[in-house]
Amino acid sequence: MMLESAIDHEQAFSRINAERFGKRVVPAIEFRDVELAFDEQVILDKISFTIRRGETKIALGGSGSGKSTIIRLVLGLIKPDAGQILIDGEDICEFDDQELMRIRKKIGMVFQEGALFDSLSVYENVAYRLHEENVDEDEIEHEVVRMLQFVDLEDAIDKMPAELSGGMRRRVGIARALVGNPDIVLFDEPTAGLDPPTARTICELAIKLRDLEDVSSIFVTHEMNNLDWIASEYSVLDSQGNVHFVTEGDKLCLINTEVMMLRRGHIIFSGKDEQLRQTDDPYIARFLRGK
Amino acid sequence: MNPIKKFLFEVQAITNLLWRSIKGLSKSPRYFKEIVTQIDQIGVGSIGIVVLNGFFTGGVLILQAYPTLEYYGAQSNAGQGVATSLIRELGPVLTALMVAGRVGSAISAELGSMVVSQQIDAMRALGTSPVRKLVTPRIIALIVALPLLTISADMFGLIGGGLVAKQLHGLDPKVYIQSVRAGVQISDLIGGLIKPLTFGLIIALVSCYKGLSTTGGTVGVGRSTTNAVVLASINIIIADFFLSKILQSLFKSTMF
Repeated sequence: MMLESAIDHEQAFSRINAERFGKRVVPAIEFRDVELAFDEQVILDKISFTIRRGETKIALGGSGSGKSTIIRLVLGLIKPDAGQILIDGEDICEFDDQELMRIRKKIGMVFQEGALFDSLSVYENVAYRLHEENVDEDEIEHEVVRMLQFVDLEDAIDKMPAELSGGMRRRVGIARALVGNPDIVLFDEPTAGLDPPTARTICELAIKLRDLEDVSSIFVTHEMNNLDWIASEYSVLDSQGNVHFVTEGDKLCLINTEVMMLRRGHIIFSGKDEQLRQTDDPYIARFLRGK
Repeated sequence: MNPIKKFLFEVQAITNLLWRSIKGLSKSPRYFKEIVTQIDQIGVGSIGIVVLNGFFTGGVLILQAYPTLEYYGAQSNAGQGVATSLIRELGPVLTALMVAGRVGSAISAELGSMVVSQQIDAMRALGTSPVRKLVTPRIIALIVALPLLTISADMFGLIGGGLVAKQLHGLDPKVYIQSVRAGVQISDLIGGLIKPLTFGLIIALVSCYKGLSTTGGTVGVGRSTTNAVVLASINIIIADFFLSKILQSLFKSTMF
């Protein structure tokens, strides 16, 4: 009883803070001792981390380490066995479907293979959320074109998903996720199986979202070039409005990007990419260098 | 998991799915366009096979029964025999089995593919309830379409029976029609419509459940599709027995 009261008090405090000091004070995503197991198998064991507004957390780890599960938990697609998951200060663990729908409107999700609806065109896929909300068609068209321009795919607007290449499908997936300007975007291995230039394009989109749109994100990957690009480059706008990508160099360290490494449901590293590269943990060293 | 526990879990999950889809009707959005599309795909799309099925079933009933009726000098009752068999039993059951094969497999495969390609997760992530968007329209469509398909099958079955009786056995069509009209009771028609309503619900629930619970990639889609058709067909046969018994009790004067 006292514990419940303390939790309620804490949540009320978070909400008051958010109202008084603006949304920046409250983390966009917070995991507190989250546990999850399927039958006997432990998937996540007392996972805790925080993602601030405008911050990107790169989740690294081998297959089965629990990285994609974290994303599904953030969306409320599965519920944890124990612990708290806070989105903008609200614990979503006990939310019903209706309340989760409200939370999901703040979140955009980019799936591994794009997860585009096969029976809908690119336009209808990107416009999906707006059609569901019965938004005026002119407004929908404007928003869809804007989003497709952001991912540089406005020429594909009338195509069906089957006509698109793997990279194009992911970019349409990103455009669909960004409709409605979500505060949080979740990337579930968006570059898996793509050639390096296309993977680079996807990462540049993630960098632009972080630096120019103030979006908080979790970027799940096990590809090291993704880490190199996102953790050490930032985007700036020139006076003509063109986007440039700049490498942080030796004297600068990006504070809006952190790396979290998972292994068998545990976070075995959390910090900056520079710290990750200096660690002497044999598993991490093998993961980074492949030997 | 032991089979009884697994069975009980599945019954619980299917009941839960039914409850959620009924609940989905009370809230907007209600996806009327999707319901119409599904009725078109399920109803109009199945009419050809259902009509053919009904026509030849009626024909074969006369083909098999006529010599026996003739032996007892009761050939003028041939129309009654076809009509009662078709309307009470064969029309609803055979139509439901045909639709389970054609539509149940398609629903299960479609939803199963959407699960393995993460489209269902994407739908939920985009703030849409898959039950409300995908399951409810399919249940409504099958409940609406299956009785209509059954009526078509019964009609063409009677026509098929009449044609075979005239062409192969020389029975006067007037005698055949007279016999049909004399043999069919209102309770037959009511029973003949209650059954497809129930069968429609069974096909929709089983195939949607099997589709949405698909695991194991493309192999899993194939497995779900097979299971959906087998499970729906078995449930149709079992439900037919119990429905016939209930209808018999309700309309004591007739035999279902």
